[in-house]
Amino acid sequence: MTKEEIKKNGTVVAAKPRLITDNQMHYCPGCSHGVVHSIVAEVLDEMGLADNAIGVAPVGCAVFAYNYIDVDWIEAAHGRAPAVATAAKRLNPDRMVFTYQGDGDLSAIGTAETIHAANRGENIAIIFINNGIYGMTGGQMAPTTLEGMKTATCPYGRRVDLNGYPLKIGDLLAQLDGTCYVTRQSVHTTAATRKTKKAIRQAFENAMAGRGTSVVEVVSTCNSGWKMSPVKANEWMEEHMMAKYPLGDIKNTVK
Amino acid sequence: MSDREEEVRLMKGNEAIAHAIIRYGADGYFGYPITPQSEVLETLEEQMPWDTTGMVVLQAESELAAINMVYGGASTGKAVCTSSSSPGISLKQEGISYIAAGELPALIINVMRGGPGLGTIQPSQGDYFQTVKGGGHGDYRLIVLAPATVQEMADFVGLGFDLAFKYRTPAMILADGVVGQMMEKVQLPVQRPRRTDAQIAEQCPWAITGRAESRGHRNVETTLEMEPNKMELNNHRFQETYRRIQENEVRYEEYYTEDADYLMVAFGSVARICLKGIELLREKGIKVGLIRPITLWPFPEKIIREVGQKTKGVLTVELNAGQMVEDVRLAVECKVPVAHFGRMGGIVPNPNEIVDAFYKEFPEAK
Repeated sequence: MTKEEIKKNGTVVAAKPRLITDNQMHYCPGCSHGVVHSIVAEVLDEMGLADNAIGVAPVGCAVFAYNYIDVDWIEAAHGRAPAVATAAKRLNPDRMVFTYQGDGDLSAIGTAETIHAANRGENIAIIFINNGIYGMTGGQMAPTTLEGMKTATCPYGRRVDLNGYPLKIGDLLAQLDGTCYVTRQSVHTTAATRKTKKAIRQAFENAMAGRGTSVVEVVSTCNSGWKMSPVKANEWMEEHMMAKYPLGDIKNTVK
Repeated sequence: MSDREEEVRLMKGNEAIAHAIIRYGADGYFGYPITPQSEVLETLEEQMPWDTTGMVVLQAESELAAINMVYGGASTGKAVCTSSSSPGISLKQEGISYIAAGELPALIINVMRGGPGLGTIQPSQGDYFQTVKGGGHGDYRLIVLAPATVQEMADFVGLGFDLAFKYRTPAMILADGVVGQMMEKVQLPVQRPRRTDAQIAEQCPWAITGRAESRGHRNVETTLEMEPNKMELNNHRFQETYRRIQENEVRYEEYYTEDADYLMVAFGSVARICLKGIELLREKGIKVGLIRPITLWPFPEKIIREVGQKTKGVLTVELNAGQMVEDVRLAVECKVPVAHFGRMGGIVPNPNEIVDAFYKEFPEAK
C-alpha cells in the first residue's frame, strides 16, 4: 500500500503535526521528548491556539523545544521557566502560556519557582518530563533518580543516606491550593500516549479558563542516559519508574 | 489631586520611584522586600495601579524569581521593572545577564546598602564595580543612572525606560540608601497611558506576543547559540550597541569647573555633600570644582579628562573603599594625582570631613 492509498482509506492514526517544524530533532532515538512534542503541537493546533501560544523552554534536553514546535517561545534560564511564564501570562492574560521542563529544571534548581507559581495558581500549564536523570549534560543524578539507579554522579547507584530520596514533586504540587489539575502520565504505549494527549488538552483548557495551575508529569525514558535500548528502557521504566511514580490523576478539581 | 497633572509632593526617593513607575505607564513590577528599598513595592501595592492603569504588581518569592519575571515580561515587549538592594541585586545578576544577552529593555533599581555579605542596611555605594563593570557573566554593559535627588529618582524612571527601549538593553538606576530614604520635594510626571498591544507590536516587532500566525513568522527569545561564529556575531552586535550608547548617552553635571585648580568627582548623594565642602573651601579662596557623573556607564571620561588634566589634583569621594576612582584615574590618564576618600559600613561623611580629606591629599592648597 502506498502512502496515498493509506490516506485515502482514512486509516491514518498519526501524522506529523502541522505545528512540528522540519528542523532535525536532536533527541536520541527512543526518547520520550519527540512524542510529547508532537502531542503539544497537536493539542495547540486542535484547540486553535497556534496563534495564541507562548511556550517557555527550559534548560535541559528540551532547551531547543522552540526549534521544533512552531509557535512563539521564550527560552528561560535553568529552572526559572515558571517565573518567566508567570509574567508572560499576567501581562498577556488571554494567551496560552505553558512551560516544558525536565526533572532537573523543575524539581532541582527550579523547585522554588515551580512551587510558588503553582501556589499562586498561575493560569499556566506545566509539562514536566520526568526521566529520573539529567539527559543534556550526560546523565547525572536528578532529584527524581531512583534509589539504587546508576548515573554519572552516582556510579554505584543512588544512596538515600548520601543523596536523599527520589522527589515525588507531582504529589507535592498536588498539595497546593493553586493547582487545579496534577496528573502523571507516560507515552510508552499508544494507549498511554492517548491518555497523555487528553491530559495535556485538559491542562491547556484549564489555563485558558483561568482555573489555576495544571501540571502534566510525563514519566519518560532516557535510554541514552540509562544506557539501554529504547525497548529495554520502556520495560525498565514500567517496572521501576512507574513503581515509584504510578500513573494517573493525582489531583483533579475540574471534573 | 489628579494624577493627570504634574504634581509637586513631599516624599521619599523610594516612593517617588514607585509613583514614577505607574505614571510612566509601565506594564509590570516584580519585586521582593529588602531594606532600604521596600517602600517601592509597598507604595505600588498601596496605589493599586491594576485598578487604574492595568499595571501588574507582584511580590515574587525571591529576587531570582522577580528578575526572571522581568525577563519574561520584557520578552513580550512590555515595560517592566524590578527593584532591590545590594544583596538582592547580587541574586538578580543571572537574570540581568540573560536580559542583556536577550537584547531586552528593562529597568532595574538598586538602592545600595553597605556590604559585603549581609552587611548593613545603611547607605553605601559599594556596588559600583558590580554594576558598571559587569556583575553577571559574559560581556555586557548596563546603562547606569545615578540619582542625587528625589527628583532624579522620579525622573530617571522615565529616562531609564526610554533608554532601555531605545537601545534594547537593560538600564539600572544605581541609587544609594540616602536618596532612597530621604524625603524631598518632587514634581511627579504626568500619567501616561500604557501602550496598546498594537503599539507594542509596532514598537517591538521582536516581542513574544503569541501571534506567530498573524505575524507570518514566529518570534523566539533565546540567549543560546551553539555555533561559535554566530555567537561571536551576537557579541559584536551587543558591542556595537554599547558603542552607540557611549557616543550618545553620556550625562553629567559640572559645578565651578571654569576656574578650578582642583577637582572633585562624586556621584549620587555624596556629590551634594561634596558641593557643600567645595563651598566651604571656596570661602577660603581655594578654587575647587565638581563633576557629578549621572551616567556611571557610559562614564563621562571626556569631560573628566578635559577638566581634570588642567587641575593640580583630583579627589574622588565615594561611599566605598575606592571603586569609581579607578575610572577617574583612567580618564585623567594619571596626568595629575587622583586621590580617593571614602566611608564604609553605612557611614555618610559630612562636608567638613571632605574638606579635611582634601587638605590631607593636597596640603599645598592651604
